[in-house]
Amino acid sequence: MTTFLSPKLAFVLACLAALAVYPLAAGSYGVDLVTKIMVYAIFALSLELLVGSTGLVCFGHAAFFGIGAYAAVLGSPEADAASLAVLLPLAVGAAALYALFMGALSLRTQGVYFIMVTLAFAQMAYYIVHDTPLGGGTDGIYLNVKPVLGSWLDLSGSGAIYYFTLACLVAVFGFLGLLLRSRFGRALAGIKANEQRMRATGFATYPYKLAAFVVSGAIAGLAGFLFAVKDGYVNPEMMAWHLSGAVLIMIILGGLGHLRGALIGAFVFALLQEFFKSEAVFGGFAKHWHLGLGLTIIASVALLPRGLVGLPAQWRQRLVGRPSAQRAAPGAAFDEEAGDGR
Amino acid sequence: MAAELLLQATGITRRWGGLVAVNEVALDLRRGEVHAVIGTNGAGKSTLINILSGEIPPSAGRVQLLGQDVTAWSQPRRARAGLGRSYQRNTIYPGFSVLENCRLAAQARTPRPWRFWEDAQRCPDSVPAARAAAARAGLAELLDRPAGLLSHGQKRQLEIAMCLATAPQVLLLDEPLAGMGAEETERMLALLAELKRGHAILLVEHDMDAVFRIADTITVMVNGAVIASGTPDAVRSNREVQAAYLGGH
Repeated sequence: MTTFLSPKLAFVLACLAALAVYPLAAGSYGVDLVTKIMVYAIFALSLELLVGSTGLVCFGHAAFFGIGAYAAVLGSPEADAASLAVLLPLAVGAAALYALFMGALSLRTQGVYFIMVTLAFAQMAYYIVHDTPLGGGTDGIYLNVKPVLGSWLDLSGSGAIYYFTLACLVAVFGFLGLLLRSRFGRALAGIKANEQRMRATGFATYPYKLAAFVVSGAIAGLAGFLFAVKDGYVNPEMMAWHLSGAVLIMIILGGLGHLRGALIGAFVFALLQEFFKSEAVFGGFAKHWHLGLGLTIIASVALLPRGLVGLPAQWRQRLVGRPSAQRAAPGAAFDEEAGDGR
Repeated sequence: MAAELLLQATGITRRWGGLVAVNEVALDLRRGEVHAVIGTNGAGKSTLINILSGEIPPSAGRVQLLGQDVTAWSQPRRARAGLGRSYQRNTIYPGFSVLENCRLAAQARTPRPWRFWEDAQRCPDSVPAARAAAARAGLAELLDRPAGLLSHGQKRQLEIAMCLATAPQVLLLDEPLAGMGAEETERMLALLAELKRGHAILLVEHDMDAVFRIADTITVMVNGAVIASGTPDAVRSNREVQAAYLGGH
């Protein structure tokens, strides 16, 4: 990375700039939709830290999202505005705490067992809110008054929540970007590549993985918090395994091992969902939107093994017509960016 | 035998159910010496290395590193205390550059993971250590090459370089010459001869010519047990060894 403004960074900055001016041109439906997508992007980024950067496939990420969301609602007074300075750390902290508990136990397992154990822990959280009166049961609960920060930030307006979410997205992206190029991030990359070697080298890998798990859970909690504040409503479906699966699909679709893959994946996934749900396009068939979405995802995973992020490289390869031997060579199985972990 | 004793293993035994993979093995590693362990496949050599490096616990026995009993220590802790190992199969990080492979290894000594705002590629400790280790292993010209694109011999050199980057005192090398051509073998032997000045080296190797050329002490294992140990000449003339292993060479 010799030049300051690499194409990757330029792409991300352009996306963020577009997001910054978007509300000026869009109606309230569009603003709400993009807010939701940005929340998903934050959520996807948090999972990317685990799956793409550390090699830990967590299939229970909705738990942290849901805990952040429920903490936002349960931590707010009945008929008064909560302070953002209290509520936000509460939501993030609650998610981080559950991540610490879940990570401490589940990280003792590996591979497919890890996937199943994380799913089990998430289902545990799901049934706690689903079957107890704690969070209103299956009906969910409403957030009556949106949080404020003193007198200068009130998250009740759609513009305010949009820009607050965008600011969080920028902060999370920047933070993870820093984290992944730091020694901590490089150690995670090493763990993903070869954990045994990392241990032989002198890294106690468990604390690293646990730290990554907690950071990831905290960021997912932030996403859940934003979602609850945006909608003013939470229900147990926010902790359901469908959501854990959806966010996994987002990062796979976008391209694992790249932060911007999570960003792209969240947008594409959500927009595809909107597209297939649209009655204007599909008429009565729109209620079967799962089918169209599912087939599209299967097709894109089959055609884009490295996700949407790998698309330019794939095209370049096709246009230049580089010998396929290059691709088949064992050393070329990684792409040019695998080394820097983004 | 005045050289400094860096690693001492006594009574090392490992059972897998009813099978005794390693049986009451004792060995000493001294600074400035190459101690080779030879034996047929399944003699327990790799299990022994795994026990010494802390990858698996022994069923019985004791491992002392630099005068401390490290038997109960985890592998990372032993590594930080100065025990480096290489693997029989390449365990480099193929997607990283040669420099980053070494740098990440060197980072184990100065991890500071909480300083997340610092760029690892500018780490004032691990980067120079990595460059030095790579240069020592003969890879100074290839620092930016992705490790996955190196030749087999270069990958073996990188294994050693990654080991050296952690500044170990004791090196446990599991078949560093495996699959190497004649020229690569010579280069590796020269490197080992150079390294043994500052380190204690345990060498598990199948290339007998190389072993008898470079080792100061040879331990012969058969079915998990040591049948002979001593200087190359003593081992070569040992009847039991000839019968069991060297096949009358």
